[in-house]
Amino acid sequence: MSRKKVLLVWLTLSLLLSLVAAGPVAGQEDEIVIGVYEPMTGPQAAGGELTMQGVYLAHEVRPEVLGRPIRLVLVDNRSDKAESATAVQRLIEQEGAVAIIGSYGSSNSMAGGEVAERAGVPVMGCSPTNPLVTEGKDYYFRACFIDPFQGRVMAKYAVEELGVEKVAIIQDVAQDYSVGLAAFFREAFIELTGDAKGIVAFTAYQTGDQDFTAQLASVMAKNPDAIYAPGYFGDGALLARQAREMGYQGYILGADAWEAPELIEIGGSAAEGILITSHYHPEAELSPASQPFVELFMEKYGERPSAFAALGYDAYMLVVDAIERAGTDDPKAIRDAMAETKDYEAVTGTITLDKNGDAVKDAVILKVEDGEFKYVGTVKP
Amino acid sequence: MTVSLFFQHLANGISLGALYALIAIGYTMVYGILRLINFAHGDIVMVAAYVAFYGAAMYALPWWLAFPLAILLTAGLGMIIERAAYRPLRGVPRIQLFTSAVAVSFLLENLGIVVFSGRPKAFPRPAFLDKPLHVGDVIIISYTPVAVAVALILFGGLLYIVHRTKVGMAMRALSKDIETTGLMGVDTDRVIMIAFAIGSALAAAGGILLAIKFPQINPLMGVVPGLKAFIAAVLGGIGNITGAMIGGFLLGIAEIMIVAFFPQLAGYRDAFAYTILIALLLFRPTGLMGEVEPEKA
Repeated sequence: MSRKKVLLVWLTLSLLLSLVAAGPVAGQEDEIVIGVYEPMTGPQAAGGELTMQGVYLAHEVRPEVLGRPIRLVLVDNRSDKAESATAVQRLIEQEGAVAIIGSYGSSNSMAGGEVAERAGVPVMGCSPTNPLVTEGKDYYFRACFIDPFQGRVMAKYAVEELGVEKVAIIQDVAQDYSVGLAAFFREAFIELTGDAKGIVAFTAYQTGDQDFTAQLASVMAKNPDAIYAPGYFGDGALLARQAREMGYQGYILGADAWEAPELIEIGGSAAEGILITSHYHPEAELSPASQPFVELFMEKYGERPSAFAALGYDAYMLVVDAIERAGTDDPKAIRDAMAETKDYEAVTGTITLDKNGDAVKDAVILKVEDGEFKYVGTVKP
Repeated sequence: MTVSLFFQHLANGISLGALYALIAIGYTMVYGILRLINFAHGDIVMVAAYVAFYGAAMYALPWWLAFPLAILLTAGLGMIIERAAYRPLRGVPRIQLFTSAVAVSFLLENLGIVVFSGRPKAFPRPAFLDKPLHVGDVIIISYTPVAVAVALILFGGLLYIVHRTKVGMAMRALSKDIETTGLMGVDTDRVIMIAFAIGSALAAAGGILLAIKFPQINPLMGVVPGLKAFIAAVLGGIGNITGAMIGGFLLGIAEIMIVAFFPQLAGYRDAFAYTILIALLLFRPTGLMGEVEPEKA
């Protein structure tokens, strides 16, 4: 045989082999597949990893439902909208997921949600907080509160507890999460103070930007008492650092997506004093389920759980609970059971899903102190 | 806008521009010699930042040892890439060479994700760079004068090598015609390898400054600065080292000024920077300092 023929035969064989390997024989017949799409690489990778800590722990605690083993399949959405849509498609078509968990990042979730909706597979969002993730969607639910509430919580805290009168808002225009939250905060702030002039600056950056000195110089010329920048943790760390380097001395306020170890590692001393809204803190005592969870978590990972780990844990448990109540692995039946979730005792609070599929829950305020997120208080809806 | 605020923005622009300039001169030098758009240049920037990070944070080397070491190792990496991915393609159409550069770029990025993990790491900044300087009302982060000085010194050094040394003469000859230069008795492979070593060392210096300015390093951190440096090089006239230097500073200042004067466009500053670039290229296709050269047969 000539070299070319050998090569051809070899290629054909390896192609056939790969087809066999990718076929449905990979798993057991009776298993139930729960898909997860999360950012494991890219600028939101930390959020994905924190969430997965909780999901893996939950899977260890409840590896079976309806007497059948659960197979967890994770697909990386690379912090990217287009990749998120592909990830959900892969979970449904290739992996045969009957329910899906995801994703950190509202934009990722909105892109993935379109695909799940068309395929008729239910998704339980762990931490996407933008209202549009579930709005008009029959198959998208979430274990967390939404941004109109989160924005209001921080506005209220800034006005009533910190005495902020002049605030500057810096949003990330490429993230639905950030744009939504900035608008909700602004609305609530004006409503609370009755003074539209209290928003002294409203400016923006885009995911991937690292230099905020131009925005900060313009903002600081207006002497705000506080800067509210509801973006992601990496941007937050650099923004805080550059603000402090340029001599800014007011408050720096963020939201739940700033809760990652990176905010403190990268922000260094500039991160000290940062205030954020979040979903959970081990000391907040939001639910009786919290304490046992914290113990299990500490045992497995040797550190305290973050809000995202807690939400990942809750999202998995909510999915399993819905499958159990549905009594079948039919996605439509699971969806219907999920929609009826009521008074579920989750780690992050008691969850009853409203007509949009959103959880209505308490928010917590956290403050960075001595290189840690410290619990400040709880705000009820 | 007050005068001091304007100067504040200008200082911030120069600070950013020095970075682009430094990465751009290495980019443009390699292009000038090989006519190769070295797409992996930005990723070499990233590798250098990680090498410096591991030297300084993991092995606790002092910065004055960790940084030069990172530059040296990265120069070595540049030579390996040239030997493995570019030299075998010498003499084939340029598009293959370019494709190979794109492949190297993706390889480095994905290798980075596997080896360094996708989560960002905090880069340890030398303590003396933490204190800001006050000039009147203008606050200059102390990184700025350092970055400008490094950019100017390396720029001067590069010009010296290219125009005053034997290797530099060989490089300039190579840029006209590789084969003929080889026939003149020049070891072209060696000269090209040296060019890559220098280009990568410049990228490394840029990478370390980038990591100091934005102390958050991740495997994809080189992509955007690499693109910006390429644009700076095109702006200045690709292949022209002085042009790249000027282009880098201009791009940095323009980016900041767009945000300063049009705050409502702040989120889209890249789009505007690129629009300016397109407009400039329509009127001056060769860039600011580029020369028109006849297509080679």
